[in-house]
This record gives sequence, C-alpha cells and structure tokens, in this order.
Amino acid sequence: MTATTLAPAKSRAPFSAMTPVRYLFALLIVGVTVAPLLFVILGGFRTNAQINTDPAGLPSPWVFSNYANILASESFWRFLGNSALISISSTAIAVGLGSMAAFALSRYRFKGREALYSMFTIGLLFPLGVAILPVYLLLRQLHLLESWVGVALPQAAFALPVTIIILRPFMAAIPTEIEDAAVVDGATRLGFFWRILLPLSRPALVTVSVLAFITSWNGYLLPLLVFNDPANFTLPLGVATFQSQYAQDTASILAFTALSIVPALVFFIFAERHIVGGLTGSVKG
Amino acid sequence: MSTTTAVVTPDVTTAAGSPSPQGPPRRRSHLRKRLELLLLLGPATVLFVAFVFFPLVAASYYSLFDWNGFGPLTRFVGFDNYAKALGDPLFQGAIGHNLFIVIASLVVQLPLSIALALLLNGKIRGRTGLRLLVFAPYVLSEAVTAVIWLSLLQPNGVVDGLLESVGLGGLVQLWLADQSVVMFTIFAVVTWKYIGFGIILFLAGLQGVPEELREAAQIDGATGWQTTRLIVLPLLGPTIRIWVFLSIIGSLQLFDLVWIMTLGGPAGASTTMASYLIDRGFRRYEFGFGSAVAIILFVICFVFALFYQRFALRRDTQGAITGRVE
Repeated sequence: MTATTLAPAKSRAPFSAMTPVRYLFALLIVGVTVAPLLFVILGGFRTNAQINTDPAGLPSPWVFSNYANILASESFWRFLGNSALISISSTAIAVGLGSMAAFALSRYRFKGREALYSMFTIGLLFPLGVAILPVYLLLRQLHLLESWVGVALPQAAFALPVTIIILRPFMAAIPTEIEDAAVVDGATRLGFFWRILLPLSRPALVTVSVLAFITSWNGYLLPLLVFNDPANFTLPLGVATFQSQYAQDTASILAFTALSIVPALVFFIFAERHIVGGLTGSVKG
Repeated sequence: MSTTTAVVTPDVTTAAGSPSPQGPPRRRSHLRKRLELLLLLGPATVLFVAFVFFPLVAASYYSLFDWNGFGPLTRFVGFDNYAKALGDPLFQGAIGHNLFIVIASLVVQLPLSIALALLLNGKIRGRTGLRLLVFAPYVLSEAVTAVIWLSLLQPNGVVDGLLESVGLGGLVQLWLADQSVVMFTIFAVVTWKYIGFGIILFLAGLQGVPEELREAAQIDGATGWQTTRLIVLPLLGPTIRIWVFLSIIGSLQLFDLVWIMTLGGPAGASTTMASYLIDRGFRRYEFGFGSAVAIILFVICFVFALFYQRFALRRDTQGAITGRVE
C-alpha cells in the first residue's frame, strides 16, 4: 500500500488509470505462458483415465507412479547424462577455442585478420540445416556416427560465430595499458592472455558459455541424424521419441516431459541474467 | 626473451614504426608471433572450416549430382536438381509456409511483444518474476515445446476441453490434422515459444530510452500514446530491426517443431524448406537433390541477410551480424 501512495509523486495521471489494465494484461500473459507448463506438470500426477474424462482438471487423487516410473527408468537418466556430456563438451570446445581466436582477432595485427573475422561472422547465416548433409557424410567418414563427439564437435563449430562476435569487442575494449603493464612485469603475450585477459573477460565468457550450452542442450536435428541407438539419445530426442512410442499413454508422456523441463528451467533461473545480457549485448554490437 | 616479444604488441606491429637495430631478434619475434597466431587461431579455424564452411562448399558440389550419399559421384546433372526442386509444388508450398511464418511473425508477434514490453515496463509489482515466467518457454527446446503442444492439442485434449467449457465448442478443430488449420496452429506454438524473447529484448531496449525524454514530452502536453509513438518507438528502432532480423532468419529455418508435431503433414500442408530438405536427404537418401534444396535455403537466408544488413542494420551495428540464438 505504501508503494501506491508514494508512486503518484513521480508518474502521474495517465499511468494510474492504466494500472489495473496493466495487471490484467500481466496476469493474462503469465496465464498463457505458464498454463501449458502447469498442465504438463500436473498432468504427470494424473492417470490416463483422469486425463481422458476431464482434460483440464486437477489431479484427483494425485498419482505419483508416472513420475516414479520415469525416475526409476534407466533411459531418462541416460538421456540426461548424454545431454550433459554433449553440452558441456561442446560448450568447453566452443568457448575455449573461441576465446583463443577472439584474443588473436582482437589484439594482434596481421594480414587477413578482418577476412578471417568476416568468415566467422558469416557463419551466423549458415543454418545447421544447410550444412547437415555434408556434415553427416563427414561424420560417417570419421566414424563419429553414434558417438557423442559427432554431435559435440559440429555444435561447437556452429557456436563459434556467436562466441567470437561477443568476445572480440569485449577483449578489444580492455585497455592496452593493462597489457603494457603486464609486459613490463615480464609477462609473455600468451601469459597475458591466460593470466589477465581471460579472468578480466569473465562476464563475457559466462554469457557465451550460457548461450552455447543452451543451444547445444536444446539441439535436436544433429542428434536425430547422428544417433540411431536409443542408448545414445539426448533429452530432446528422447522426449520426442518417447512421445511417439507411448502416444496412448498421455500421463507418462507428460511426466517425462515435465522432468525434462526441470534441468532447463533450473539452469535458466540461474543463468537468466546472462542470457538476457548476451542477447541484448549482441544487439548493441 | 619476454622483453623481445614486447615489440610485437598489437599497436606497434607496424614493425617498421619501431625499428629495432638488430635484425635477428625481430625476425625471431616475428616467427614467435606467427606461432602464437597459429596456436590461437588454428584450432578454431580448423573446426569451423571442417563443420561449417567446407560443408557449404561440399553441398554446392553435391547439388550438381544425382546421388544417394553412397559411392562415387558419377551422375552429373548440372542444375537439374535446382529446377526439380523449384518446380515441385511441395517445395513451393514449403517456401510459402516459411513466408507465412515470416509475415505472420512481423504482423502479429512484433506489435504484440512491443505492446507487452511497454506494459511490463510500467511500474508493476513482481515485475522481475513476471519477466522470468514470460521468458520460460524460450529456454525449452523446440522438441519439448512440440511434445507439450502435441499433448495439449490432441483431439478431445485440453485445448478442445477448454473451448467447450467456455461455450466455444464450435471452434474446435483438428488442430494438426486439418490442412487449412495446421499452419495457424504451428504459428501459434511458435508465438508461444518466442514471444518472451521479443518481450525481453524490447524491455532491454526500453531501458535505453531516457526517462527525461518522456517526462519532457509529458510536460509539453503529449498524451501517453503520443509519447509512445513519437518518442519511445523511434528510439526502439535498433532493437526492432534486430528482432526483425532474428525473427525472419529463424522463420526461414523452422524445423524441429514442425518435424515433431506434423512431419510436415498432413499432405505437405506444414512442410517447411528445412523439413523438406531433411525428408528428401535422410528419409529418401536423395543427397544430391537435398543439397540443392540446402543451397536454395542458404541463398534465400544469405541474400535476405545481406540486403537487411545493408539497408536496415548498418546504422545500428556496423558490421556485426548478430545472434542466431536458439
């Protein structure tokens, strides 16, 4: 209540009339975005019979077996583990190699620097779909089909453009005085990169890591083509396959889906600031 | 040793500018710089060329052959694959479906997300939580999104049930099985997933609109709407242009959602360029033909991006083509 008495002092007449409308719309938006998620989560606590007779109802009684079955199934955990392994490796590769390249592209002068940078940036316009047939053939030749490496490597390659585009201006903006001081203190250029520039670039590194991780975690097309053996499936692939295999068992599908949302949402809550920062940061160039 | 390398700091690299009298150390430091560059740039470049750049070149080569992906490339057909693709009504339909998503996004999602961002930008309690919730669908994979909506949209499912319970049972459709409805359904799901991204982007953009400008306008007697239209929207220009760019590129590449929800059906009514490409390439092993489709998709994206970069984005970003962020 105190807030409402204080507020009018700053923003006056036209706004106060809008306030109830604002809240109404805010509620509406939240309803539309959250209701489907709630339906999925709650649906997992119902039986198929409950869902069939009253699709939008609440669980009554609450059933825990759907979730219990999924949590007890080996495949869910395996999908989760595969996803984690692939996303973490792909992120590490993309950010590791990307930061090295961004360092060279931002703080060295050499012939062809801008051309090389352009090559990386143009990569943003190559959808994975365009490259997928030759990538598939290449992976087949390298015997990387059915291997997590076969997903992690191309995903890292496709994450390089965004990584470099965000890191390069960030690294370029770090004052040369710091570098000069380091050199005076006897640091080599690579020592400067490792011991000073990388720690200083931490905010940008976190942002690019988050972006690379999410992209890899959510990837569907590449795992779809690389993996035939369900033992290798990632979570998105697992969810989609589970859905088509158990099409009649809606309750289990909902429980499976709800559980697969959890890691994404938890990660998102921790990383939200960096996701938004990364997006808006890239907007400002 | 380390002092020698100091000569190679980036700003002094015009080595002629700082002539060191002794030849050998400089040459050695040059060599060292090259080695450093090789070490720093080599791995990223190799990875990028192998999985991004080379495949594009390879695809343009394969596209000239009738080839199933196995054995040698012998049946050269020139541009036949391109002609065949562009002449296929199914592919023409796919282009149309992508265009539909592009245009519907511009007409519906853009104004909607700006309006919602303006609303959420006002003083509201729990705004942070609200933003978090609105953004949640964006972090879900398209695969999970597709499965969620498959459950919601199944016949006699929640959506149908809700419509009936509010007396709109007449609106109930075969959401994904009716050729005339399916693209609208897919667009609705796309909107559900990506609207939060737009809202967050525009909220960030609104942070950049100085409060003083609005206040000044209000003191001059401008109504809220006038302030929004004449002050806020123009200042939001760069954000809008970025959104439009990302939205169009994303719409042209639509795949996961469609593939899981409909496989491009019924009867090709929701086929997109990417789903057509995967269907031809990987389900029918038409690698040459699929490559031609890939190149067409690439050219469409590339030409659009080039023009957009040149005419719309240049003012904002000076060369940085920004984020494919899915």
